[in-house]
Parts: sequence; structure tokens; C-alpha cells
Amino acid sequence: MAAQQSPGGGGREAWGSRLGVILAVTGSAVGLGNFLRFPGVAVANGGGAFMVPYIIAFLIVGLPIAWIEWAMGRYAGRRGFSSAAGIYRVMTGGKTWASYLGVLALIIPVVIYMYYLSVEAWCLGFAWHYWTGGMAVTVATAQQGMAAGSAEATEAGVGAANNYLVGFSGLGENFSLATNFWTTAAPFVLLCFVINFFLIWRGLNKGIELFCRWAMPALILCSIVILARVLTLGSPEGATEHTIYHPEGSIATERVDAAKPSYEHEGTLLVPETVQGSVGTGLGFMWNPVGHSTVKVPTPGAEADADGVVPTTSLVVEESFLSAMMDPDTWLAAAGQIFFSLSVALGVIITYASYTKPKDDIALSGLTAAAGNGFFEIALGGMMVIPAAFMFASSGAIVSAGEKASSLSLGFFALPGVFEHMPGGHFFGGLFFFLLFLAAVTSSLSMLQPAIAFLEEGLGIGRHASVAILGVITALGAGFVALISSGLTVLDHMDFWMGNFALFLLAMAQIVLFAWVVGVDKGLKELSIGAEITLPRSLPFVLRYVTPSFLVLVFGFWLVKNISLDGGYLGALRPSAIAEDPIPALTVLFILVIAAFFLLLIMEAVKRWKRLEAAGVLPDPSRDPDEDLEGGAA
Amino acid sequence: MSVGGILVMLASVLGITSLFAWCIYKVLSTPGSEQHLHGFEGELPDKDT
Repeated sequence: MAAQQSPGGGGREAWGSRLGVILAVTGSAVGLGNFLRFPGVAVANGGGAFMVPYIIAFLIVGLPIAWIEWAMGRYAGRRGFSSAAGIYRVMTGGKTWASYLGVLALIIPVVIYMYYLSVEAWCLGFAWHYWTGGMAVTVATAQQGMAAGSAEATEAGVGAANNYLVGFSGLGENFSLATNFWTTAAPFVLLCFVINFFLIWRGLNKGIELFCRWAMPALILCSIVILARVLTLGSPEGATEHTIYHPEGSIATERVDAAKPSYEHEGTLLVPETVQGSVGTGLGFMWNPVGHSTVKVPTPGAEADADGVVPTTSLVVEESFLSAMMDPDTWLAAAGQIFFSLSVALGVIITYASYTKPKDDIALSGLTAAAGNGFFEIALGGMMVIPAAFMFASSGAIVSAGEKASSLSLGFFALPGVFEHMPGGHFFGGLFFFLLFLAAVTSSLSMLQPAIAFLEEGLGIGRHASVAILGVITALGAGFVALISSGLTVLDHMDFWMGNFALFLLAMAQIVLFAWVVGVDKGLKELSIGAEITLPRSLPFVLRYVTPSFLVLVFGFWLVKNISLDGGYLGALRPSAIAEDPIPALTVLFILVIAAFFLLLIMEAVKRWKRLEAAGVLPDPSRDPDEDLEGGAA
Repeated sequence: MSVGGILVMLASVLGITSLFAWCIYKVLSTPGSEQHLHGFEGELPDKDT
């Protein structure tokens, strides 16, 4: 035993403190989704009623999966493994197929990092543009020749702020980040790349943990300042007037705005109510236990055009609590939000947990990280974005962003318009995007560590060499996303296949591996070692039956909704569609190449681990690592 | 904002804030937790440096 080493061939890194690992896991989970995706999705799926499926999904999917990742990570970490390929192998007693399964947990964070870097750079770029007066110049340029303070000038300013992202991100044209380097996001992409790799190069403790120890409190501070600003705006002058439609008879007659037309939609008469944007109405839009959706109705009196297309008007319609609860989309949205927000099935938690000590508590740590993520999402994200947006942006745009679960629409198109109206808006705009930038960095850092850990222990190379290899790989991918930027097609398709589809696959694979291959009893025994809280008695039943069933159900609904050969993401891979636009197929090909590359590396890593095991350098993987604890290995 | 909205908002915000605060308190105050504040044990030796 004395001669045995970790598979990386030397000493292992470790977290500096228990709070450090909790902050790092929380930082990994807290990102744009907490501040932008959650409030939008909630508004479009039941408002306050969304919290019912959200809490249920947290209890039966989010927390159980987070806990099994903590348990698997620490268990295999005792053998010196920190990558999913090594962890799954140790968990299954040395099964080679389990290592290959780990490819998902490697490519998911690496590919997500490639496009997340662009979004991170936009956040930093927007913060810089607001704070250095660039946005003021952009707005002033759009208002040239207009009377100061006029409605026309305000509208032009809001339009300029809204549209800033188009030029900045290169959304309008491929390669514009290369051809217009200094006026686009290109310098910020490079800067963010350098920041991430500088921190990851410094290591787990001096890089990731140190940054999270400063960034997480800073994140809370920035959030509280912005929250205070939003909640003290009251009923500002120039606030947007919203028209919300209700099924006839569902609201009191005196609330119906008789001056506006009613519309018939699917046999129901929709009556209008006028609501003035304010803190109170904005909070109500977010938290009242009713949902909102957008529906299109034929515009009254409008004639069909030459192609027979009748012009339509988009309405924001309020739905009852009961109809929101009965809608499968509400449950799907809640499960999706919990899933994406907690960073489960991303390959990050298992890697981070592997660096904890063998007898450290992980049950309370896992709950604390999940609760921390919820705090950022509900208490901060849920209180600031929608009230601010409801005061100055269109409710249709807010609901539409929520229906698409789009952080980008709400954050980069709707909110810049809001900051144009808000007193001190450019300062708070800069602060808001800086907050998003900090949240994004804590997440993007975590996406790099799983692959670093794999390269170290799979190939037996040092951290700095691993960082260099991963730097080249991610630079290629990040460059691909940043340069082929037209319509954000590459980003969108990477997000669909890796940020959604593969994430579901990995979650299901992990729960089956833990509950049915390894065995719930063995897994929960690990979770209970050092636990400072009592684990729920129902947890074995939940892990065996409830979580897998819920995941299958949600994934099934998701597939039905999103996968179709006739169009969408899968349809874009048909030969006829490729002839029209090859970018989606190229994106998928790129992902497959990355996957093949990591599969080859896993093959080499498994050969190496078997060699080391045969030589007695690494312990027999079929032996319980608990035996290693004998003799004070802890 | 309706009464239902106020109740849901308060329950959600106070609920999650209390849970998070309790967790942090428990992490920092559990007897023996200082044992978990183990120090940094040195970076993995890098063969390139």
C-alpha cells in the first residue's frame, strides 16, 4: 500500500476549506440562468404557481442527483480519481464500459465552455461599455437630430441599447469579430479566455477556490445594490403601460379596460386589462400564482396579403393557477430549470467532490450548495429582473423570452432598454452585467476542471501541461463559436445538443449507475459517512424509483417537444437542410470530433490504469476503497 | 400584486433564505468542523515546471 499512488502520478490537490468547496460548487451552479432564465421561465409558466413544481423537482430530482454526485465523487476521490471516466470505473469495480460513459461528463462541460465563453465576454463587454460611457455614446448617436427628452429620442435610445448586441456579438455576420476586432466582443472573448485559464492554471485551491471566495460575496453585494435600486423605483415616470388579457369572467368587470378591443381565441373571449408598470405590478407579474402566455390573434380589420397571410396581433394572456398546474409544460419547465440551474449532470460536482477528504461531510455541503443556488435564483434573481423589466419593457417580450427559456433575449435585448429609462441606469446597467460576468466566471471555471482532472490522471501529465492541452482544444471551439456568429447558430445548436440533450442522457445514466448498478445502499452508505444532517428515510425509494421515472417522463416530453425530423435541431441535419445551411451539421460534426478525441484518450487512460493496477501502483479497482481508510489514509 | 402573490413571494424568498442561512450556520458552527478546515496540501507537481 505504501508504494501506491494516485493515477495522476503524484500528490493530489485538495480544497483549502470546507466553505471553499461549498462556495466553488455554488459558484459553479450560479450563472446567468439564476438571474435571467429563472424569472422568465417562472413568469411564462405559472408565475408564483411555478414554485409548486419547482420545489417538487428540487426535492425529487435536483437534490438527489446532486447528492449522488457528491457521494460518487468522494468515494472515487479516495482512490485518487477525479474525472468521470475514472470515477465511474471505480464505482463499478473496474468496469471499462463505465469509463467510456464518462465521455459525456467530459464533453458536456468542455463544449458548453466553448459557447459560454462568448456569453461571458458579452457580459464583461456590456459592463465595460456602460461604465466607460460607450453605451451613452451609442445612445446619443442614435438620438442625433432629435429633441432631447422627446418620446422619439427616448425610443431611439432604447432601440440603440437593445440592438447593441447585434453588432457587438457579430450576430449579423460571420467573421465580424475578426474583421471588426476592436469594436466587437473579440477583445473581451480573449480577455475572458485568459482570465479563466490563468485561474485554472493556478490550481484548485489558489485559482478556483480563491476566486470563488471573493466572487461569491461580491456577487451577493452587487445583487443587493441592484435589488435596492429596483425596489425603490416605485412608480417611475414614463413606465410602460401593459395590456394583459383574461378569459371573460375571470376578472372583476371594473378591471376590464373598455377602451381596448377584446379578442376571441380558441372559442374564448379575451378581455383586456390595463396595468401600469411599477414595482408592485412587476412583482405581481412575477409572483402572482397565475401564468402568462403569448397568443397570436388575427388583427381586427386587417386584410390578408397577396400570399393569403393574415396579419396577427400578439397578446399577453393570463392563465389560472389550475390551468398552469395542469399544463405538462409547467412541470417540464420546472424540472428543466432545476436541472440546468443546479449544475447537476454536468460532470462538475463529481469532480469537485472528489477533492474532499474521505470523512468530510458531503450531505450538508450538498444541501448548502443547492440552497445557495436557490437563494441566488429565488431571493435575488426572482426579485429584481422582472419588476425592472415590467416597468420599462414590453410584457410580451418578457413572456416570450420565458417561453423560449432564453436568458439572452431577456438579458441582452430587453434589459438594456430598461437601463435607458432608469435613473442612474448606465451605472446600474454596468453593475448588473458585471454581476452576470462574475456569475459566469465561477461557472465557466468549473467547466474546465473535469477535463483537466482527466488529462492529469488519464495521461499521467502535470496540471500545467493539462491546462495547455485543454487550452488549445477550447480555443479552437471558442474561436469556432465566436467567428461563425451569424444568427448565433453554432451557439444555439451546441446549447441544444450539449446543454440540453446530452445533459438529460448523463443524468439518466448516472441515476441508473448509482441506483441500479452500484446499488443505492452502497451509495447512500457513502453519503452518510461524516454526514452532519439526517438523510431522509425516503431517499432510497426516491433514488430507485421516483427520480428515474420523473427523469424519463420529463425527457420523453422534452423529446416529443423538441425532436422532429421535419424541422428544428434534428431536421437541420437532413441532407436537404445541410445543402441550404451547413452550419448546424458542422456544429454537430465538431462535437462528434471532440467526443471521438476524448474517447480515444479514455481508451489510452484505461490501458494506463490497468497497467498501473497490474504493477501494484494503483489498487485493485474491485476492492472497496473503504479498505484503504484502514491505517489512517484519511 | 394579489394577496396570493404576496404570500407566495414571502414564503419562497423567506423559505430559501432561511434554509441557506441555516445551512451556512450549521456548516460553520458544527462542533469539530474546524477539522474540515484543512490547509492546502501543495499543488500537484507539474512535470513541466
